[in-house]
Amino acid sequence: MKVALWGTRGSLPTPGPETARYGGNTVAVEVRADDNSVLVLDAGTGIRNLGRTIPGTTRRVDVLLSHLHMDHIQGLGFFAPLYVPDMEVHIWGPPSPAESLRSRLGRYMSPPLFPVRLRDLPCRLTLHEVPVGDVHIGPFTVDASLVCHPGPTVGYRITAGGRALTYLPDHEPALGVRGPLLRDGWTSGGSLAEDTDLLIHDGQYTDAQYEERVGWGHSTFDRAVEFARITRARKLVVFHHDPDHDDVTLARLMNELVARSRPSMPVSAGREGEVFTL
Amino acid sequence: MQRELEIILTRQLASYLATPAFIVDPEGNLLFYNDPAETLLGHRFDETGEMLAREWSTLFSPTDANGAPLPPDELPLLIALRTRHPSHREFWITGLDGARRHLVVTALPLVGQAGRVLGAMALFWEGEAR
Repeated sequence: MKVALWGTRGSLPTPGPETARYGGNTVAVEVRADDNSVLVLDAGTGIRNLGRTIPGTTRRVDVLLSHLHMDHIQGLGFFAPLYVPDMEVHIWGPPSPAESLRSRLGRYMSPPLFPVRLRDLPCRLTLHEVPVGDVHIGPFTVDASLVCHPGPTVGYRITAGGRALTYLPDHEPALGVRGPLLRDGWTSGGSLAEDTDLLIHDGQYTDAQYEERVGWGHSTFDRAVEFARITRARKLVVFHHDPDHDDVTLARLMNELVARSRPSMPVSAGREGEVFTL
Repeated sequence: MQRELEIILTRQLASYLATPAFIVDPEGNLLFYNDPAETLLGHRFDETGEMLAREWSTLFSPTDANGAPLPPDELPLLIALRTRHPSHREFWITGLDGARRHLVVTALPLVGQAGRVLGAMALFWEGEAR
């Protein structure tokens, strides 16, 4: 399984020379199996470039949305497979007690925000409200679970060929927690990340930023490392970079993090264009 | 075993409340009670830990106003779980510290998306001594 980062930024695209190293596109991740089956995690602006690399011979793509905040769907209308007749596109997203996934996505994919409606897309589009528990998509086993973030939000654990990727791009595991994160099943997202080979996890804030933004649904760098430690993740990629963290700042914060927390697993800040082989 | 997110958040909420709170799973097993509840129940949660429904429902020797024992299925938490509706009543317990206390209890079923029964939470207060 190959995992490619096409967008690493949270909240808002931040293009420009000061973010060239870690990237300015909002979140989009490609997961490709050995047989070329493709999963796309989230549909931030990074999905545009991702979509242009999907071979014309591909007949099915599955897009797994963690939630429907704008930075996770704003690239969807520019995802090339949506405009290929006979291409089978499946979009999976969290259920809401109030409104269907189609209705919620349709708020963005309709005028005046976007000129093309979901129902007018030429591809063969199917929407799925992601169930809690396992789903099999081609060679992938996808496990979804509600996680701590405002509004319906899921995290994913994707397994193929005996390897596991855990994707928790927007996640506040420390909400309401005094002291260390709780163990024994009492931390949001814990089961998704347990013993995973690669953990892509929210690390938007410094401790100082977090003090002003408790409840906004994001994690600090240190809590991301702590979460990786208690779940025994084998590698941590800090993700969903804050728009205010340019390359120089982010590199400094990561160096300080590693020096301070001495993580037991490799830790890095996700870079747009980076590919991991599991 | 991973707890449901709604239960995790309920525990976190309870841990900040000044109101005593008690949380059970769908089978009625005790998952958590907060610091203010410890005062009324007479024991720290860290010491009791999680308990089976049949243990906690008799441990505190609940009785009605006349001192008659209350069977477990007449306790608000277990009624809320069974009926999936809020339940409220007053009764008396003997805390693990041996003190007799009058409790006023309101229990709410916790139902997640797609109708998943997650458990129930009771909020309670100490009633007037009689």
